[in-house]
Amino acid sequence: MAVAKRTFDVVVVGAGGAGMRAALALSEAGLKVAVLSKVFPTRSHTVAAQGGIAASLGNVNEDNWHWHMYDTVKGSDYLGDQDAIEFMCRAAPEVVYELEHYGMPFDRLDNGKIYQRPFGGHMQDYGKNPVQRACAAADRTGHALLHTLYQRNVQANTNFFVEWMALDLIRDEDGDVLGVVAMEIETSEVMILQARATLFATGGAGRIFAASTNAYINTGDGLGMAARAGIPLEDMEFFQFHPTGVYGAGVLITEGVRGEGGYLVNKDGERFMARYAPNAKDLASRDVVSRAMATEIKEGRGCGKHGDHVLLKLDHLGEDVISHRLPGIREIAKKFAHVDPAREPIPVVPTAHYMMGGIPTNYHGQVVAPYKTGPEEVVQGFYAVGECACVSVHGANRLGCNSLLDLVVFGREAARQIIEDLERNPHHKPLPHDAAERPLARLARLETHKQGESVAEVGAAMRNVMQVHCGVFRFPDLLAEGVQKIREVAERAKNTAIQDQSKVFNTARVEALELDNLIEVAQATMHAAAARQESRGGHARDDFPQRDDDNWLKHSLYFSEGHKLDYKPVRLKPLTVESFPLKARVY
Amino acid sequence: MKFRIYRYNPETDAQPYMQDYELHIEAGDMMLLDAILMLKEQDDSLSLRKSCREGVCGSDAMNINGRNGLACITPLSSLKQPIELRPLPGLPVIRDLIVDMTQFFKQYHSIKPYLVNNDPPPETERLQSPEERKELDGLYECILCACCTTSCPSFWWNPDKFVGPAGLLQAYRFLADSRDQATAERLDNLEDPYRLFRCHTIMNCVDVCPKGLNPTEAIGKIKDMMVKRTV
Ligand SMILES: Cc1cc2nc3c(=O)[nH]c(=O)nc-3n(C[C@H](O)[C@H](O)[C@H](O)COP(=O)(O)OP(=O)(O)OC[C@H]3O[C@@H](n4cnc5c(N)ncnc54)[C@H](O)[C@@H]3O)c2cc1C
Ligand code: SF4
Ligand code: SF4
Ligand code: FES
Repeated sequence: MAVAKRTFDVVVVGAGGAGMRAALALSEAGLKVAVLSKVFPTRSHTVAAQGGIAASLGNVNEDNWHWHMYDTVKGSDYLGDQDAIEFMCRAAPEVVYELEHYGMPFDRLDNGKIYQRPFGGHMQDYGKNPVQRACAAADRTGHALLHTLYQRNVQANTNFFVEWMALDLIRDEDGDVLGVVAMEIETSEVMILQARATLFATGGAGRIFAASTNAYINTGDGLGMAARAGIPLEDMEFFQFHPTGVYGAGVLITEGVRGEGGYLVNKDGERFMARYAPNAKDLASRDVVSRAMATEIKEGRGCGKHGDHVLLKLDHLGEDVISHRLPGIREIAKKFAHVDPAREPIPVVPTAHYMMGGIPTNYHGQVVAPYKTGPEEVVQGFYAVGECACVSVHGANRLGCNSLLDLVVFGREAARQIIEDLERNPHHKPLPHDAAERPLARLARLETHKQGESVAEVGAAMRNVMQVHCGVFRFPDLLAEGVQKIREVAERAKNTAIQDQSKVFNTARVEALELDNLIEVAQATMHAAAARQESRGGHARDDFPQRDDDNWLKHSLYFSEGHKLDYKPVRLKPLTVESFPLKARVY
Repeated sequence: MKFRIYRYNPETDAQPYMQDYELHIEAGDMMLLDAILMLKEQDDSLSLRKSCREGVCGSDAMNINGRNGLACITPLSSLKQPIELRPLPGLPVIRDLIVDMTQFFKQYHSIKPYLVNNDPPPETERLQSPEERKELDGLYECILCACCTTSCPSFWWNPDKFVGPAGLLQAYRFLADSRDQATAERLDNLEDPYRLFRCHTIMNCVDVCPKGLNPTEAIGKIKDMMVKRTV
């Protein structure tokens, strides 16, 4: 089958915060750019981010990027790469000011400066006292950021391909990336988008879990495409469970609630975090709080009929703080928990939230993979930023508000790198003759396969396996079984069938294609988790409760083919300052 | 639980039709979107947009028992049966509950939805007092779901000429921003018998906005600004 082709300087896949920050710089540089998104740009899940974006502006109390860097390294449980972390924390104030200049409606202090709120793990003076570092637009920071970036891209005339789904990467014999094969959802037309640079900004994959704060579209497509093209996925065992998802619904309640003074209580009304983190209490790092909650529940101090959640109390903050600083939270609590938080506490449970792992990159957004000479060779023509990438600034546990920061810092930097690289590579390489073979085969299977399980059934089975076998605490027998079970689910996924064969806006087909990607991510996560015999950040092993720096201070790399795992060292050396030495992590 | 859902696939259907569905469930705490997705498990050809499932992305706007709203934050228990679902009115239907939003976004883009400030940016943030910032509340939160615009009779009659409530709300969002310098151009851009003045204060838009925003009030304020600058 002949497939139509279009040629661009750059193809950006994803129009969330990361994709749009990069697209803006690329469009402004006058490059011919195509930005693909499965959904209209402002519907990307960045829109749901609530609490804030971290930057050491020091608008409320004294702060500097070195403290921010320390917190991030510590928060990462020392698995973060310190060169990338330095780069991000130093750039933070500048990118936040830039967003403000673009028109982002940040809340303000009386002196007219950007409002900043306390957040988990944000400390002054190398971990001593809480600091207000989270720059916020009420509890709708992601919405404000995403719409502002979209608006700026409208001004820059960015060329969006709205409701286009990238299906697979195009790689040639040298391993270079030459673009993507994509499908227009409205018409089912398949097209080759050839590019000298391909940037993935496809976001997270929270939908591998049954209980998740993520949107339906967060299906890890970028990771699936990379894995199928032979590129490894880094640190996939590290998945963040956010302490406060609404019990039953999964919808997020921002840590900003605790930043503003809310706290968690168990069934005895005890503020239990004081026992687990005497200093930071409810504002300890997320992995610490989630484990404390899981422990409370496991030991019989959970709330409700089934004792399976805890309560988030904020009624003492008063009407004013709640309606000004947390209006969206109130809306969510009323709708999804049927309580008015100004009067009653919100029932919450740890909920799958953020993927620390992803496509391995350096701090310029270039994808790096072991190839011929070492573990960090640049894959020519391929870049990744945002939640789908692993730079790694988040290591084993991401600090709140560092993701929005990651999006704009590395979105901007990747664009700069692309512009530089393209000057050196003015010509398109010829496409391999089988450029569209893999995606066409995937589509053909869905067309010819009339009998089989439904996508919904297999998807539910996958989410259930991940939830039971790879949760907040991980047990050896459950992990071993999980590896087996997720393999079985992957086999079942090869035999799904859809009834809808229409060419017009076929969402059944889209969901079937997404399932392929979810399965790649789920397998990577399960395999990497089963292999890592220590507890670090978001990965907590019941049988290996301690961090083990002698054996496990290293990044994992998962290869889809043969489910192989490899490891590479953590970059402990920052760019200009001294390394932060390894320490036990207490809050 | 009974549903009647608008179905139309241009490949196979000469005409749209209403299809009846039934689910054997209790409404409980479920949202309408949850129920539609259960129906979609039975019939995967049933087509709609969805993403965040918490009312912030604006994907799943539809006409629910005659009123525009977001399926993901509409409690099932609040709805009379049979629950009748149709695509948003006034826009071309692509398939089932999915409409072509091109015209809606064209109008949004026409108001130049970005901050204009020609002074060189300072080293740090531009200052804005909490009071000035407060002017943006009730404006910037729009999720571009189109519930308002597609319930507005003036937009139905003149979708190519009347900006519509969502677009006008955003026009005012930038007029109201103390950092913006394009007030005159923005007002010129709307000074037209259709673009702004087709609003006859019917208030359908305010009534349906799932985020509780008030386009009519914003439109009134733009009209005031127009009047003020002519005197
Ligand atoms: C509820 C919630 C609250 C959060 N709050 C905060 C916070 O306060 N502070 C913070 O720092 N972080 C927060 N986070 C984390 C942060 O919001 C996300 O990590 C971040 O927004 C991800 O941005 P992104 O640009 O990488 O991806 P996304 O915004 O998810 O965008 C992904 C884009 O890729 C596109 N895409 C995906 N697959 C394909 C494909 N196959 N073809 C074409 N396009 C595709 C999508 O359409 C979309 O445009 C929160 C996360 C959640 C879920
Ligand atoms: S008030 Fe104006 S914009 Fe709103 S529905 Fe009525 S005519 Fe339309
Ligand atoms: S004003 Fe309200 S109804 Fe209209 S598009 Fe915005 S959020 Fe939707
Ligand atoms: S799915 Fe996002 S608004 Fe309903």
